Amino acid sequence: MKTVITSSGNHQKANFDLRFGRAAWFCIVDEATGKFSFIENDQMKATGGAGTSAAEKMVELGIEKVISGDFGPKAKELLEKFNIQMVILPDDQQKIKEIIARLVN
Amino acid sequence: MSRKKRLRKVVAPPGFKGYKPYGNIKRRKPFVELLYEEYEAIKLADYDLMNHLEASKLMGISRPTFARIYESARRKLAQALVETREIRSIFGNAILDGTWYLCNGCNARFTIPVQIENQVCPMCKSIQINTINQ
Repeated sequence: MKTVITSSGNHQKANFDLRFGRAAWFCIVDEATGKFSFIENDQMKATGGAGTSAAEKMVELGIEKVISGDFGPKAKELLEKFNIQMVILPDDQQKIKEIIARLVN
Repeated sequence: MSRKKRLRKVVAPPGFKGYKPYGNIKRRKPFVELLYEEYEAIKLADYDLMNHLEASKLMGISRPTFARIYESARRKLAQALVETREIRSIFGNAILDGTWYLCNGCNARFTIPVQIENQVCPMCKSIQINTINQ
């Protein structure tokens, strides 16, 4: 199962990004194997529609679960439509590594 | 002031905007408003053949409230048929399913899409989860 975690950097010690559409990077984790990779979010500085295009990207990549700090109304609607699970984590300065560890176990 | 109405959970909104009678001679009459929750009540009780208790749990309301909504729905349908009125679907006091859950173990909030069968927290696999109205 492919999961995306919004990240503020492209390494596993980066902080978890609380925004979905305007997150700097997306960390794609395979929960079965624990392997992960990072892709850059080209919509980070977009003037509008960042949530929508990020949600479309998730559909394109075949993601089944998205972990972020919050989702905007448009992104929520799209992710819901394509049956992608949304997870909102509280803000407690977590690193990407810690979240991956929680997922894989 | 009366107590605030609890939102009724609707799994899928009706797939129509309304129904119109045809072949009627008399002039058109005002339409009947069928609320989303009334449509859902008819669907659960008469199409999915659930009993009222199961159906009320699914909609997040009490059994008597379900019975009232169901009765009002039946009366509206009967009125529309007998008085040859148009039926229109109106949103009402519904909350569309896309419900959010809260894990008591790790405070994560999450949705459970239809293809996921077991209702557990996606982060810590805990089964201690509650629904929240967001």
